[in-house]
Amino acid sequence: MSMNRRDFLKTAAAGSGALLASTVTPAFASMPKELPPQAVGILYDATLCIGCKSCVVNCKTYNSVSGGALYLKDRTVSYDVNPAEPYWDAANELSSKTLNVIKVNKTGTAVNKDSVENGYSFIKQHCLHCISPACASVCPVGALSKSPVTGVVTYDKDKCFGCRYCMIACPFNIPRYEYERAIPQVRKCQLCHHRFEEGKYSACCEFCPTGASIFGKVLDLRKEAQKRLTLKTGDDYDFPVQTVDSKEKSRRTVSKYINHVYGLKEAGGTQYLLLAGVPFEMLGFNKNISEDVLPDLTWAYIAKIPAVIAAVLIGGTATWAITRKRNKDREG
Amino acid sequence: MNQKDIKLFTPFTVVLLVIMVVGGLAAIYRVFFGLGVSTNLNDTWPWGLWITFDVLGGVALAAGGFVIGGAVYILNWKKYEPIVRPAILNAFFGYALAATSITLDIGVPWRIWHPLVMWQVNSIMFIVAIHVVLYTTTLATESSPLIFEKLKMRKAFHFVEGIMPGIALFGVLLSLLHQSSLGAVFLIAPEKVSPLWYSSKLPYMFLVSAVMLALSMVSFETILSSRVFKHKPPMDILLGMARGSLIVGGLYLILKVWDLITGPGIGRAVNGSLTSNMYLLEMILGIILPLILLSMKNVRTQLNGIFTVNILVIMGTVLNRLNVGIISMAEYNGRMGYDYFPSLMEFLVTMAMVAFAILGFKISVKYLNVLRLEH
Repeated sequence: MSMNRRDFLKTAAAGSGALLASTVTPAFASMPKELPPQAVGILYDATLCIGCKSCVVNCKTYNSVSGGALYLKDRTVSYDVNPAEPYWDAANELSSKTLNVIKVNKTGTAVNKDSVENGYSFIKQHCLHCISPACASVCPVGALSKSPVTGVVTYDKDKCFGCRYCMIACPFNIPRYEYERAIPQVRKCQLCHHRFEEGKYSACCEFCPTGASIFGKVLDLRKEAQKRLTLKTGDDYDFPVQTVDSKEKSRRTVSKYINHVYGLKEAGGTQYLLLAGVPFEMLGFNKNISEDVLPDLTWAYIAKIPAVIAAVLIGGTATWAITRKRNKDREG
Repeated sequence: MNQKDIKLFTPFTVVLLVIMVVGGLAAIYRVFFGLGVSTNLNDTWPWGLWITFDVLGGVALAAGGFVIGGAVYILNWKKYEPIVRPAILNAFFGYALAATSITLDIGVPWRIWHPLVMWQVNSIMFIVAIHVVLYTTTLATESSPLIFEKLKMRKAFHFVEGIMPGIALFGVLLSLLHQSSLGAVFLIAPEKVSPLWYSSKLPYMFLVSAVMLALSMVSFETILSSRVFKHKPPMDILLGMARGSLIVGGLYLILKVWDLITGPGIGRAVNGSLTSNMYLLEMILGIILPLILLSMKNVRTQLNGIFTVNILVIMGTVLNRLNVGIISMAEYNGRMGYDYFPSLMEFLVTMAMVAFAILGFKISVKYLNVLRLEH
């Protein structure tokens, strides 16, 4: 990359000064590549998950209030009820009404928990809050943005005009769209950031009874995840419940982990980290996920634009002058 | 034959009008009742026919405006002057339609102006949005002498004609960036787009193929209008464009083949899957066959030969845009469990767009001196 964002912005701003009316407030938010030191996230440990879906239910309940990621004026709770079975609400896929879902993967007779052979494993799917989020980088209006403090990727419904480029760009297929509504919104997990001010945190972690989902600073979560990989299978360990620094612990026998903290490197790193007993591609995660910082792929193109503008204007003018003179000489 | 002999109300025009009315109703229905009931788009397939055909395809089909404009006004190749007006007018309709389609495709159409004030320079979509606005304005300016001429506004006419090289250069600049940035849109999704199409050179490929398509499209229209108006086709112009196609097409073929060999490998293109078959179809139809035909002198110099090549290139390049926008993601999205095939309303709206462009062009030819039928 021969040009950094600051240089680009200077050139672009100089070239387009006339276009900028005084009322215009450009969102020159550059894409971060480093984890904010105070960033928060979630650690999900599939070996502790019992598939009770308390997180799914409470995600809906606590995000359907004003400020929540599922809030709508005319809706109390965003149920995603299957019309064929109208008595219970058990989403089996993320949707514009379900921002957090528990899935199960089974092999063979599916009797052994967290085992590849004849086993089963739960998995919790929601926004991973990438350190360098592709969705925010592609959003032409800055409706999706990453908090420089908490690192949470949030959504501004009043900016969004609905191009759905975020859905193409997200390597984890997280953003969902309200196709059925006349004025639709993009819906995705926003880590319950509307609850932070009250001193609360992600509902999925608060209401997880086993400590499978814990909330905390990403740096602490990374340490905790790496520590669990060093534990000996069969030993007892005090797993923290709700938050990574919680006083409340749940003593359990350590299961066998695969040696991989998902989210450390994927798509340049994420604030949602996962541990499991089976490989992540068995749990629906893309095996070929890039470890590149995705926004860099497009930035490589964008950074060349000012040079192209200069080259075409100068080269074009020169060509015009030369060819015109040649034509005149020929005629003369 | 002159402009007065052009009949506006032919059976063909009636068909176009019916398509426009039906498609227009579908568009109104979409605005009031949302994308869910009017399209087959879903969470796995957020982009469909409107983005790939109308926007990616429409913009590529409109590339003639900058290619011929650049040749006439910047390179001062005066030989091509007779075709510069239709090429630019055609581009104007192409861009107007692409802009209309984007407006219908976005979830909240009345916020279409948001990117213009909420700058987000990391986004290719922002760059595309700015270009569409600037370039549609440029094309309107480039076409305005037609109106000034009709209204006998001599001063305005001479003013715009006088600054035309500057406007044309601005148009070339915007088009170079815009055509390539439509390819750059897909750079962000390396794991979704099939390696048969995904490449860091995607922006260049979009640009080069758009130039090749531009030559074929303008040539196609020139032959068509000479048939309609029973004029002798300008063979030296057509031959020049055919030679241009051969050169640009050769460059495009090298880019594509180089990318296939250094990327996924030839095996990936011949494994018999839907994806690889569509890739082969696009390559054979749009590049290999046209290049073989163009390299034969007795084909290149003959009207029917050129016309055949033009049709092949138009179909092949539009197929390329459909492939990049839809088929390239089919293998990835198939694992997610959703299919996509455009709904009836999506087809109706797209057909109405095409009908509008054809009819708009025809009306312009009748009332404005587009083809310079009268001197």
